[in-house]
Amino acid sequence: MEILIALVIGVLTAGGVFLALRGQTFPVVLGLTLMSYAVNLFLFVMGRLAIGVPPVISAAAEGYTDPLPQALVLTAIVISFGMTAFVIVLALKARAELGNDHVDGHHHHEARHR
Amino acid sequence: MTLFFAVLTPFMGAALVALASRFGRVHSAWAAGAVTLAAMVWLAPSLHLPFDGATLIQQHDWLPALGLNLAFRLDGLALLFAGLILGIGLLIVLYARYYLSERDSMGRFYSYLMLFMGSMLGIVLSENLIQLLIFWELTSLSSFLLISYWQHREEARHGARMALAVTGAGGFALLGGFLLLGHIVGSYELSVVLASGDLIRAHPLYLPTLLLVLLGVFTKSAQFPFHFWLPHAMAAPTPVSAYLHSATMVKAGVFLLARLFPALSGTPEWFWLVSSAGMATLLLGAYVALFKHDLKGLLAYSTLSHLGLITLLFGLSTPLAAVAGVFHIINHAIFKASLFMAAGIIDHETGTRDMRRLHGLWRFMPHTATLAMVAAAAMAGVPLMNGFLSKEMFFVEAMEISEGYIGGWLLPALATLAGALAVAYSLRFIHDVFFNGEPVDLPRTPHEPPRWMKVPVEILVVLCLVVGVAPALTVAPLLAVAAQSTLQTPLPDYHLALWHGVNPALFMSLIALVGGSLIYLVRRPLFAWHDRGLGRLDARVIFNGLQDGLFALSRLITRLVDTGSLQRQVFFLLATALLLGIAPWLAGGTPLTGNRSGLPLDAVSLTAAGALIVATLATVWLHRQRFTAIVTIGVVGLVVSLAFVKFSAPDLALTQLSVEIVTIVLLLLALYFLPQHVAPEREPARLWRDGVIALLAGGGTAALAWAVLTRPYETIAGYYLANSVPGGGGSNVVNVILVDFRGYDTLGEITVLALAGLGIVAMLQGLSLAAPNRDDGRRNWDADAHPVIMATLTRILLPLALLVAVFILLRGHNQPGGGFIAGLITAVALIVQYLANGAVWTHQRMASDSQPLIAWGLAIAVFTGLASWLFGYPFLTSTYGHLDWPIVGDFELASAMAFDLGVFLVVVGATLMILVNLGGVHHALPKHREKH
Repeated sequence: MEILIALVIGVLTAGGVFLALRGQTFPVVLGLTLMSYAVNLFLFVMGRLAIGVPPVISAAAEGYTDPLPQALVLTAIVISFGMTAFVIVLALKARAELGNDHVDGHHHHEARHR
Repeated sequence: MTLFFAVLTPFMGAALVALASRFGRVHSAWAAGAVTLAAMVWLAPSLHLPFDGATLIQQHDWLPALGLNLAFRLDGLALLFAGLILGIGLLIVLYARYYLSERDSMGRFYSYLMLFMGSMLGIVLSENLIQLLIFWELTSLSSFLLISYWQHREEARHGARMALAVTGAGGFALLGGFLLLGHIVGSYELSVVLASGDLIRAHPLYLPTLLLVLLGVFTKSAQFPFHFWLPHAMAAPTPVSAYLHSATMVKAGVFLLARLFPALSGTPEWFWLVSSAGMATLLLGAYVALFKHDLKGLLAYSTLSHLGLITLLFGLSTPLAAVAGVFHIINHAIFKASLFMAAGIIDHETGTRDMRRLHGLWRFMPHTATLAMVAAAAMAGVPLMNGFLSKEMFFVEAMEISEGYIGGWLLPALATLAGALAVAYSLRFIHDVFFNGEPVDLPRTPHEPPRWMKVPVEILVVLCLVVGVAPALTVAPLLAVAAQSTLQTPLPDYHLALWHGVNPALFMSLIALVGGSLIYLVRRPLFAWHDRGLGRLDARVIFNGLQDGLFALSRLITRLVDTGSLQRQVFFLLATALLLGIAPWLAGGTPLTGNRSGLPLDAVSLTAAGALIVATLATVWLHRQRFTAIVTIGVVGLVVSLAFVKFSAPDLALTQLSVEIVTIVLLLLALYFLPQHVAPEREPARLWRDGVIALLAGGGTAALAWAVLTRPYETIAGYYLANSVPGGGGSNVVNVILVDFRGYDTLGEITVLALAGLGIVAMLQGLSLAAPNRDDGRRNWDADAHPVIMATLTRILLPLALLVAVFILLRGHNQPGGGFIAGLITAVALIVQYLANGAVWTHQRMASDSQPLIAWGLAIAVFTGLASWLFGYPFLTSTYGHLDWPIVGDFELASAMAFDLGVFLVVVGATLMILVNLGGVHHALPKHREKH
């Protein structure tokens, strides 16, 4: 199972990095979203994988998984949402002010023709 | 605590003074005077201690873990300086009330002055070196504000910036010096440092320590070659100059020389470095002062010269020289403050400070003239004045030290030359301004200033005389304790008196008096000679050159590092991270796989992982088909939530699931407003390059995750699992961690979320975007914006969804759920109303402004934390109890649940605010653009 999770994290990171390196804002937002999945998963599995042992105290429980990474990731998920929203609005603002959706504020081929 | 409060009082007073100015101009002057007196009152009960031979040290814990305490010290030297700072400060307050004109803001002036006074007091009363440095920097900052008080004047701004740059750089060096001192001695406490002189002097790091400390001292006290900022600081209002350049700012440097005298002095390095800088400044200042036509310029260079004298005295290193140094600190403060004030009066009453126009003022203001002449005589070192006494001590020391050395005559000779120059420029100050013919074309007709404006000058001038005539009856006890705590050893034998008999020092004084008068007589040819040569040198040009060079260098570095392209920056960032990650891996021989046995694979997990991988690849591959990419990225998010379910994290699964929904809405909005077309990559090479980077990054994280997962680890979770129920009163450990154990972190996180929301609203203000009227497949939008079935269904669903949210919120402490999740569910339920029914319909039924929600949420969270203070517990300590409700049964109430309610409100508020505001952007669109 561990190899599967490692693979998943790797694929998410690779996809995220590739999209984050694009020039236009929409793919970059997609890339950042993929990267937050990867980071959150990575943080979460630092508590190691365990099945059927949620950290909810009860007399019937056989054991508990590590609650600490979960608490970290829970807020991280919400904060990533806030960050994604912020980036998107930044992109919209840049588009309104600069008239294009390139992360550099201008398309390089346009600059060359100017 | 008394010393702490004495230092704190001016800082608190700064706000009070600013406030007082609202009730009238003069009120802030009264308030400033009261604040100064209050600081004195705090010191009063301890004043007798230094005279009893005791050193008062008061310690309060500040950062005990770092060995950093708030520590204050009152000994003779501190007492002397505190007296100068507060005493002369009080006179300055009185003087400035008459000096400042109607146009100047009194509140701002006195507020800055109080800040500065507090910082100076902090320096002289500090027992801890690091704490001393903090106050040291505060004086640099507050003096910047004071010097640039007339912000509309270019030279004020420039002078303030120069002073800040020079003294700030010196403060930085001083920090290094103090850290080295602390390293050598093993403590930052002055008592320890002062007692470890031998240890410090024998240490191999002595020279660097000394150099760094001296850099701080020389920049602050404007010693050569860092003297140039002081004359430019004369752009300040005269009360500021009178304060900063007599008793305070520049005296901070020589104070430190005196303070660290027992720890650092007594080596050849100290002798040569300190005395040569002092001598150079003494001569240079005295020489240039003679040629300044500006009244304040003359005083500025004379200040330099006297500071040089004090530095030189400490550099000579003998106990007697140090006593003379301390004595001259007192005398200079007194006569220079009065001279600056007199110069201010002259400037105020005539409208000019140019000595080529100011002549014969004796007829117009005889009273002020008398005062100024007495003070100038003290500056020249004329007998019967205080300046004479310390200068005589200097001459005596100069003679004694040079005895028996080859070329030893040089020191007394230079000392006499400096004395002669001082006589010459003092004579010029008196003769040129008050006599020497008629005034030339003055802007105003001069007359005596208001009565109370002269009072501070009178007090100081009387002091000059009293100390000069009867030193043993007046200043002797104070000088003795101050010198004693400077030396930290029994005092040398010295005798304070006007007449010491016929000795070499007397002849030196006579030569200086006569020589100085002669120099003044031949001043006209000297002026002409100076103007042709040395007068053309301007340190400001050099400083500006250096500054411009520094700016150019920083621009060059910025250009090298910042390519101006975010895309390229991201590439460099990732490439660097990869290099840093891969390099140690290649170097070290650690095996990739650890020895921890893993979980077995199963078919469901394989399928889910396969789906996730396919969806991710599809998102990357199809990212140009934007709508499809959103669908596939939604799949990715869902599978991630499933992973959380699988691996025992129900809270995370619920959170991820609800965030997923709002994220998709967010992405759809982005899709709507961003350009329809994603251009294909124009450079295939870049695709390959990014592909390689992405593969390396993915491979690296995968390998890292694998390496970690196959190794055992030690967790600190045991504590949380054991204490969750007995300590936090909840069985959902994740939630208890969030709202209780780590409640402070959560408070920070919801604040960040709230700020992100507010930032977004701020950015969206006035933003209007051209919304497309077709989708990217060139299809028109559906004519029915709000389908009836969907609208009806969501309306029915709303109460149910809200009920679920309340349920999730309430049970969160014991079962999966809690404020974050409940908040997201509520936000989704409300967002759906917007989607299905439109903003107009929704706003008719619901408040459109979600800012109050955020405010209430934060307030509830903070007040829950504060409430624990009421019961004497630390911030955010939680408590819980059980309540027996009819029907419901046993119901648990934990104070952490109130905190969770705060979290809930912030999440709802922020999410709604972001999405609703973003969705509303196109409503701001003008009609004609919509048709287009």
